[in-house]
Amino acid sequence: MTRVRADEEEYWHSSKFRAFTFDDEDDELSQLKESKRAVNSLRDIVDDDDDDLERVSWSGEPVGSISWSIKETASGSTSSLDGRDSSLQKGSSSYAALPKQASSYSLSSLFKGRNKLSSFQSLSDALSDTGVKNYAPELRRPKAEYKDYSGDWSPKDTVRRMQRGKVCSLERFRSLQDKLVLLDEAVAGHDGNVITAVLIFLKRTLRREILFRELEVRQVALCHLIHFLRETGEQKFLLDLLRFLDRTEEVALSQYREHLNIQDVEKRREFLKGCIGLPFSAEDTSHIQDHYTLLERQIIIEANDRHLEMAGQSELFRKYPRKASILNMPLVTTLFYSCFYHYTEAEGMFSSPTNLKKTFKIPDKQYVLTALAARAKLRAWGDVDALLTTKNWLGYTKKKAPIGFHRVVEILQRNNAPVQVLQEYVRLVEDVETRLNLATKYKCHDVVIETYRDLKDRIQLTAYKCKVERGSAEEEKIHSILSNVQIRWKN
Amino acid sequence: MALAGRRDAPEPPDFGILKRLARDQLVYLLEQLPGKKDLFIEADLMSPLDRIANVSILKQHDVDKLYKVETRPGPGASDQFCFLVRPRVRTMRFIADVTCDEWSFYLLPLDEDIISMELPEFFRDYFLEGDHRWINPVARALQLLNSLYGPFGKSYGIGRCAKMSYELWRDLEEESDTEGQGRKPEIGHVFLMDRDTDYVTALCSQVVYEGLVDDTFRIKCGSVDFGPDVTSSDKSIKVLLNSQDKVFSQIRNEHFSSVFGFLSQKSRNLQAQYDRRRGMDIKQMKDFVSQELKGLKQEHRLLSLHIGACESIMKKKTKQDFQETIKAEHSLLEGFDIRESTSFIEEHIDRQVSPVESLRLMCLLSITENGLVPKDYRSLKTQYLQSYGPEHLLTFHNLKRIGLLTEQAAGETLTAVESKVSKLVTDRAAGKITDAFNSLARKSNFRAISKKLGLIPRLDGEYDLKMPRDMAYVFGGAYVPLSCKIIEQVLERRGWQGLEEVVRLLNGNEFCVSDSAVEDNPAWECQRVILAVFLGGCTFSEIAALRFLGKERGCKFIFLTTAITNSARMMEAMIEAKA
Repeated sequence: MTRVRADEEEYWHSSKFRAFTFDDEDDELSQLKESKRAVNSLRDIVDDDDDDLERVSWSGEPVGSISWSIKETASGSTSSLDGRDSSLQKGSSSYAALPKQASSYSLSSLFKGRNKLSSFQSLSDALSDTGVKNYAPELRRPKAEYKDYSGDWSPKDTVRRMQRGKVCSLERFRSLQDKLVLLDEAVAGHDGNVITAVLIFLKRTLRREILFRELEVRQVALCHLIHFLRETGEQKFLLDLLRFLDRTEEVALSQYREHLNIQDVEKRREFLKGCIGLPFSAEDTSHIQDHYTLLERQIIIEANDRHLEMAGQSELFRKYPRKASILNMPLVTTLFYSCFYHYTEAEGMFSSPTNLKKTFKIPDKQYVLTALAARAKLRAWGDVDALLTTKNWLGYTKKKAPIGFHRVVEILQRNNAPVQVLQEYVRLVEDVETRLNLATKYKCHDVVIETYRDLKDRIQLTAYKCKVERGSAEEEKIHSILSNVQIRWKN
Repeated sequence: MALAGRRDAPEPPDFGILKRLARDQLVYLLEQLPGKKDLFIEADLMSPLDRIANVSILKQHDVDKLYKVETRPGPGASDQFCFLVRPRVRTMRFIADVTCDEWSFYLLPLDEDIISMELPEFFRDYFLEGDHRWINPVARALQLLNSLYGPFGKSYGIGRCAKMSYELWRDLEEESDTEGQGRKPEIGHVFLMDRDTDYVTALCSQVVYEGLVDDTFRIKCGSVDFGPDVTSSDKSIKVLLNSQDKVFSQIRNEHFSSVFGFLSQKSRNLQAQYDRRRGMDIKQMKDFVSQELKGLKQEHRLLSLHIGACESIMKKKTKQDFQETIKAEHSLLEGFDIRESTSFIEEHIDRQVSPVESLRLMCLLSITENGLVPKDYRSLKTQYLQSYGPEHLLTFHNLKRIGLLTEQAAGETLTAVESKVSKLVTDRAAGKITDAFNSLARKSNFRAISKKLGLIPRLDGEYDLKMPRDMAYVFGGAYVPLSCKIIEQVLERRGWQGLEEVVRLLNGNEFCVSDSAVEDNPAWECQRVILAVFLGGCTFSEIAALRFLGKERGCKFIFLTTAITNSARMMEAMIEAKA
């Protein structure tokens, strides 16, 4: 391991421990900014030449790397590799972490166990240690060579040969008994590829019911067959198997999964309609039903809105053109969309937010959160106010937020709400500390001042004077509070 | 901080051999096809290939053009095609009629102590589908490492896949000549572990630098693409992240909070070194330029990259309520305020923060609580489907099958299925019940295991992240990674004795075998070199934790993993992609 130099050693061991949070943006970042300044100040001295750095193409791949070269081929450059030779050697030299050797010698001799190349010191050490161990890849043999191998291998030997990448004929396993012994040996050998190879043979040579029956008591093999069928897309065979096993839920899910491959929305909608009757659990059936209903609504909304947008009559669509179609979007995204473009529509309209809320039983919290984000994005502060105002039975109005006012503030702030708007909700944040933090962060001076007054914290209030503008109303306010003799300050 | 009797950890063996071996095998295979040829490479093999070879090597062996499998050859292509693909059902069908040779490129050394098999699909194929197709490559990888750096004296392991890989490896070993005996090994022990032994650790947000870089930018095959926001220019740069990077190697294992201070100290030093130029005469200046400048420039480049990366991480994380998320995670790990964490997750879903993140938090809740209360399960699932799309019904099914997100009291229906199966199971097939069933049935028992192994450090005062006292520092002092704790305990006890209860809670399948043929010489350095094998992926946090443990105990961990993983990769493997 790299030794830590004395000065760094000193750093790790000296400076005092202090708490760190990812929240203290200013505090932690200032240290980082300072380091950045220090480093940047050196840039002039350093940047005079880039010779010693690796060459990097525009895509960020080091020039001469294989990924880079493939991108070049794909982008239609017709020159073959020879043309780029000049840039190759250097470009990659600083890229590889380990020292490299040129590799233009023939390796056949090496793999036979002998080599005289000094660059291979360590490898040859390893080789001589293990005697004449053969590290060469085993090459294919002429097909004819395999022909004789159909011979007398026992199931166990057959499996072992297959594990070692050798071709074996399985045709000699004729009886069911033999085939099952072969399968069990394959499973006992722990090699998935061999298990799958044997299963392919069994699938070809056994009647379905027999194969299924035998697999039911061989769970490892069964998993392999199911995975294989999924990968090769043999859906019908897979469904038959799952039905035989009474795995009805998986049958339903496997069928439902197919909708992902259907691009055409009308066809997809039709398909989903068919999925409603599949043997899902009661809970999932309602999710599937919702999926269908959602797409059905989206198709209607999409058709209308595309028309509206093209006609150019609606100011909203002109001012905020749609970035994407609403088709196949999640419900919450759809709700956001509808709160954005169709907020005031009557409940009878499919595209109205209230209709969506009712149809899909969207919880209040989720609804408020989404509507708030949409209306804030449009800077419709009046709607925001209305959304958070409730009337009690005496007719008094009250602000209420099912999501907590700190979240409200966060959403509004992200949409650049003016301080007057922000301030109103910061004031409603219940936790005093959070309120103070938010108010300070977003410069809601009135809230800060009032909070310190309520906390009777003269020191903090005095200190806050430097945060407000000279001669402003806020400064005036601080002065008047500080000179108020009625307040019994705690400090 | 001198600890008496603390030995320095041994140096890792030279894994450069593995690269050379793979490269030479490739060249050897190319030589079997004399004359000009076009090479077709599968997309996910491109980066690994880049780490062992480059265009000029291929060119020297008459490779004319390079293509990605999928693209069609352009006009005037060579009449010979060579394909480099993994043996997958899909690709093999695509390529149709060919002769095949096997290029046994199993192991890619990503760093001096990390070897990756670059098999991200291992996780889904084995743990979700119950497919054993990658066990053979694991066994062969062990065989190769054993022949180059072994023989390993002792093998430990836990998990069904670990056991099978071990058995197949021994099986392969039996046939091969045993001439390695008597040789002085470089790696003494091997420890195999299934990812499902510990999902919790892999699901946690990473806060050591390397882990954060991986979570934020995705490290791919040991290198990362830093975009314009990091490089503060208009282009992206691909940066190799390993121990050769003098800046990175010193911060990679540190908790993020320690990194800032280190970088600022480092930049001050750099500035001071440059400032020395001022008083120099010509001779001194000449020496400075010829001897030091290059190193300083390199350091400057690295420093500005990592400072840029930190800044970008900080910005992204503050935007995502990272602090709150970590707080919720810690509550889940400790098992208090579950209600509050559940509403946090609910709100996370409602706000559509991120489909992968929401899923991760739900899984963490499920795994730590042994499944969700049915009412919560239903309501979270419904809200998830509403926020992120109804097709995720399939994702939930996958997560249930693999055991990452389950419903409490679903136990009854499971037992029904199980008893049905076991009735059908004949003596011959007994014990062959699939992993799928087991993982369905198995409970995570996290709370009990955590208590038994003391995974939640008791806090007396603040946890000093700069001077960590245990492996918990990789999670801000809140949690000792379970996987690493198991390894620590077993190595300490030289076996599983005394851990019976933990093993039971982990669903067994533990083993510990000494190779009696291997000379057991305690004086050998190799006794302190351990190969930690993660089947299904390992995270940078786990690597950092074990590196820390190694330093404390004077031993060296070498990591062999099927792939580097993190919570997002695990979740994405479960998400049903649009086909």
